[in-house]
Amino acid sequence: MAGMTVPSDFVEEMTEDGVTSLRFSGDLSIAAVGDLPERLSDYGEHVQRLDISEVDYIDTVGAWLIHRTARDSGAEIVGADNEAERLIAAVSGVDQPAEVRPDPPNPVVRVLSEVGEATTIALTTLAGLVGFFGSVMVSMGSLLRHPGRIRWNAVIQRFDVVGVRSLGIIGLMSFLIGLVIAQQGAVQLRQFGAEVFTVNLVGRLTLRELGVLMTAIMVAGRSGSAFAAQIGTMKLTEEIDAMRTIGVSPVEALVLPRFLAAVFMLPLLGFFASVVAIIGGGLLSWVELDIPPATFFARIREVVPLTDVYVGLAKAPVFGAIIAICGCYQGMQVEGNAEEVGKRTTAAVVQAIFLVIVLDAFFAVFFSWIGWN
Amino acid sequence: MAEDDSMVSERDFDGPVICVKGLRNSFGDQVVHEHLDLDVRKGEILGVVGGSGTGKSVLMRSIIGLQTPDEGAIEVFGESLLGRSEAETIDVRKRWGVLFQGGALFSTLTVAENVMVPIREFYPKMDRDFRREVAKYKVCLSGLPPEASPKYPSELSGGMRKRAGIARALALDPELLFLDEPTAGLDPIGAAAFDNLTRELQQTLGLTVFLITHDLDTLHAICDRVAVLADKQVIAVGTIPELLALDHPWIQEYFNGPRGRMAAGQGS
Repeated sequence: MAGMTVPSDFVEEMTEDGVTSLRFSGDLSIAAVGDLPERLSDYGEHVQRLDISEVDYIDTVGAWLIHRTARDSGAEIVGADNEAERLIAAVSGVDQPAEVRPDPPNPVVRVLSEVGEATTIALTTLAGLVGFFGSVMVSMGSLLRHPGRIRWNAVIQRFDVVGVRSLGIIGLMSFLIGLVIAQQGAVQLRQFGAEVFTVNLVGRLTLRELGVLMTAIMVAGRSGSAFAAQIGTMKLTEEIDAMRTIGVSPVEALVLPRFLAAVFMLPLLGFFASVVAIIGGGLLSWVELDIPPATFFARIREVVPLTDVYVGLAKAPVFGAIIAICGCYQGMQVEGNAEEVGKRTTAAVVQAIFLVIVLDAFFAVFFSWIGWN
Repeated sequence: MAEDDSMVSERDFDGPVICVKGLRNSFGDQVVHEHLDLDVRKGEILGVVGGSGTGKSVLMRSIIGLQTPDEGAIEVFGESLLGRSEAETIDVRKRWGVLFQGGALFSTLTVAENVMVPIREFYPKMDRDFRREVAKYKVCLSGLPPEASPKYPSELSGGMRKRAGIARALALDPELLFLDEPTAGLDPIGAAAFDNLTRELQQTLGLTVFLITHDLDTLHAICDRVAVLADKQVIAVGTIPELLALDHPWIQEYFNGPRGRMAAGQGS
């Protein structure tokens, strides 16, 4: 069958005129070269002639192999038909030194420059976030002076997306967290007969810390990422530039509704999360510790000071603002390609959660300092 | 070598390189192709034209196996491809290269590494240094300067990215090249240079080229024949003068519209 791939090979021979010649046979193609490149590189300068008259088929890989061997050994190429000559001419015409990868920099320099770069990025991001918060406040101020410009439709729609639609997932998460806290509390406190304090644990922990914190993390993952991706995609498709050209402020039209939604919805969601978590804890206490629901809720009212509720509710809008600012800021920073949207979305979520936890620690210190223990 | 079965592709095969018969493609209720026939001859540059949404890219994707048609037969180099696994068609797939519309370069690899990917995939035993050399000359063969080899796709201009895509499509020394709108988004100078490159490569390497385009200049400059997609079928295949002799409204409007006449004036 003609045209089948025949592995290429060569034999070394001495011609009558005392010249070392390599006579090639078979196919010189990418599929057939096999180990020829290694075998040929051993020859070095001992060859004066490359005879390819018996080669059935040649492609650019074969042509390159012949050209390279001829170049390194200074041998002449004989027996090339038209096609072989054309291909060898084509590949020798593009024989230029080139690198496959950029040169790796000195490792010390690289580490130093990476640390430097990361520091600059962290600082510029922080400055950028503060600046962005400022611009949001400025446009909020101008909106308060001209309340007719507020886009109520957009705001209400964001309320729905950020708040109402996350009730299910946040409720489920909080219920399970309440269960787990109560269960762990019961197991540990039972060791010294204080399992009744499970009620204190569940009530105070969820209302003061976990309800709002876990809600913030969930909203950052759910809505913060969406803010960054939505605004980032609009940035890519030049929608934001188009808005500016028409005279619509992107901060007013896109950022403020999201900001307001996060700031107003997070306290509500956080309180809802705390209540559901307490219900979860109550259910477990009923099943595991035989505390009836009525007693459980009466105990909750006794042991949880009202300040715990204030602490939770005071933190929530701040967390909401952080989530919205991080998401919208990163979205506005998108430039170039679709890959950037993914990177910025990740950055938005990571920064939001990080800042939320850092601020939560500050709040803890602050509230105990003013005596709201 | 009579014991070899038909899987071993014949290099001296003289029939049509691509033979599509009775192709039908649909997405939900929307039928894109119905009873579509097309032959691509060996050694020609076939331009495929058609309005937006007539399924030019779908046709290409059907031929290269990215889209499974509802009905029909597709033969490439005389081998039927439909209903066979990737492993069974590997010998045929090695013999074509594809340039996607956006270049579709792997963004985490340099240009030279992009070219090395198919070589490593299909010929893992090839000597590493030799593979690098092959990648480097392929990059230069595609009209890129050697300095482009170690660069990442994001560092290249649109035209250079297309050339890098060609280099990767040529990695396995294919006999058949699929180009999907190669000159879209290039400036006229870059587009003309790319047309020249396509023609040069086709002549030097003896390629058959399946070229989807909207670019009337490309059609006039380098295509041997043009296939027109309309009404879910290939309504006509031929040289531009042959097509102009037909009395189909879309063809007349396409080639005789203001842009068509302009391109014809420059091309002749």
